[in-house]
Amino acid sequence: MEAAAELAIQATGLTKRFAATVALDGVDLTVPAGTIYGFLGPNGAGKTTTLRILATLLRADSGTARVLGHDVAREPDAVRARISLAGQSAALDEDLTARENLRVLGRLIGHHSRASRSRAQELLDAFGLADAADRPVKTWSGGMRRRLDLAASLIATPELLFLDEPTSGLDPSSRAQVWDTVRALAEAGTTVLLTTQYLDEADRLAARIAVIDHGTVIAEGTPGDLKAATGAGQLHVQLAAPEQAPQAAAALRRVLDLPVRPGTDPGSLSVAGPAADQAALAVAHLHRNSIPVAAFALARPSLDEVFLALTTRAADDSADPAKEPVV
Amino acid sequence: MTTVPAAAPSSGPGYTSSDAQALSAAPARPRPAPPGPVTAALTFAWRALLKIRRIPEQLSDVIAVPVVFTLLFTYLFGGALAGSPHRYLQFLLPGTLVMAVLLATMYTGVNLNGDLAKGVYDRFRTLRIWQPAPIVGALIGDALRYLLASALVTGLGLLLGYRPHGGVGGVLIAIALVVVFAVALSWVFTLLGLVLRSASAIMSLAVVVLFPLTLASNAFVEPGTMPGWLRAVVHANPVTQLVTTTRAAMDGTVTAVQIATVLAASAALVAVFGPLTMRAYRRHE
Repeated sequence: MEAAAELAIQATGLTKRFAATVALDGVDLTVPAGTIYGFLGPNGAGKTTTLRILATLLRADSGTARVLGHDVAREPDAVRARISLAGQSAALDEDLTARENLRVLGRLIGHHSRASRSRAQELLDAFGLADAADRPVKTWSGGMRRRLDLAASLIATPELLFLDEPTSGLDPSSRAQVWDTVRALAEAGTTVLLTTQYLDEADRLAARIAVIDHGTVIAEGTPGDLKAATGAGQLHVQLAAPEQAPQAAAALRRVLDLPVRPGTDPGSLSVAGPAADQAALAVAHLHRNSIPVAAFALARPSLDEVFLALTTRAADDSADPAKEPVV
Repeated sequence: MTTVPAAAPSSGPGYTSSDAQALSAAPARPRPAPPGPVTAALTFAWRALLKIRRIPEQLSDVIAVPVVFTLLFTYLFGGALAGSPHRYLQFLLPGTLVMAVLLATMYTGVNLNGDLAKGVYDRFRTLRIWQPAPIVGALIGDALRYLLASALVTGLGLLLGYRPHGGVGGVLIAIALVVVFAVALSWVFTLLGLVLRSASAIMSLAVVVLFPLTLASNAFVEPGTMPGWLRAVVHANPVTQLVTTTRAAMDGTVTAVQIATVLAASAALVAVFGPLTMRAYRRHE
């Protein structure tokens, strides 16, 4: 639907091998410009390797990648002039203060001394780090370091920001702060490629998600697409009288013809996979049989469930030479 | 009433959105033209100086080693080798100067290796800068450390009674040559810093290379009393050439050929290990 110029990233068939390990086994990735794109996978799936290739830090063994219209292998400088990198694979000078870190990077981006100084102050104020600005970074908390790392990647506003697991190891409020910063950036027009192993992070931030496992992309789409592809959700029922659980379970099983599991609360039951209209009939059936219902909910599958379903399928598919080396 | 846990509202518990508001107060900044090679290298040199200011204890190698070696060799061997420490010092001082500064070169590799392990260089390598700038800048910082070590050895020597016949000019030429050669030798250690896995691996290799290189020279004794095979080794050792030239400069008898030889040896080191270092740097994963 869009011309090639509207693509921030277009990668085809990327492979990368480290000694005996196949890190990437043909990664294809298409990221439209101006969105937050989630790149999701377990540890060691190939997320960081892909990101390092796209950010010109690594060369792929084969395959091609264009970032903002430039080939990463043949025109790395053109790519470098337009991207930034932050997250676990980027880093700060721990011995230096925050201000010194930002000023050094400001000079390296091309600002003159005074501009790098004022930009450092601007970012320190914007990220709420001004009070600690003149303390060495090694004395900082993890959340503050991550915010400084993000600030350092914004000294010049990038067209494309690579964020490698930006919230791993952060407490919930620090995570939410990083999330809002990322959203604000995307609203201002920066494309963000975000790798994460947290599904709720991808779900909350990303317009589209690619799921990677064992060095290949196993699913791609909007969070809604991915959930729909994995099937229906869960029916949760909370009974008014917990002692009626056995009759209620039997009644639900009769209508839905699906296994019924007890929930963690007494008198709560859940059924995986019913269609919405069937679930409605089942709840009505409880009512007709004088089993009062205190609450019920039909949940769509969480991305966690989607992810587990996808990766389990891939693991069952034992035709994966990277995963199971034949000795 | 349908709840959708997986798509819960975006704000986490106890969270205020002050950050997002604040970010919009930091206006987007377009990227300026990338810095030239000199600016980039000098920025990295500045970074090295900032690091020295923050952790001055990393200077201990260029302070303690020269002082200890100068005192130790003067008083340990002086009487036995030259009749008196004072007389030996006239011969020894240029030798300890060379040894102290060359031993400091190993830290170039150790520091680079540590930086690479922390990932700081990932960010540098995604910047559009002259690619050797981080290493050249670090070496400018190291050159200042070598100057400090040189000044300490020379100052201590003068205090102990060393009298250079070449005067101030001779001493300055001597120090300049030693620092130039040390910076060139540092490229060996930048390569090792990139290729070897750990700082301790670099240190052990450095000790194995640098101690024989500096000791099997004419830095501490004239090779006249050595067995023939060792004399051959000492004569082939580039450090011998450096020590001879340094001694001559301090004595005021240095020739243009001697200076040119040291500069040529330095250039050769850079010509071989500079490109090897940059190749390893580009390929570093």
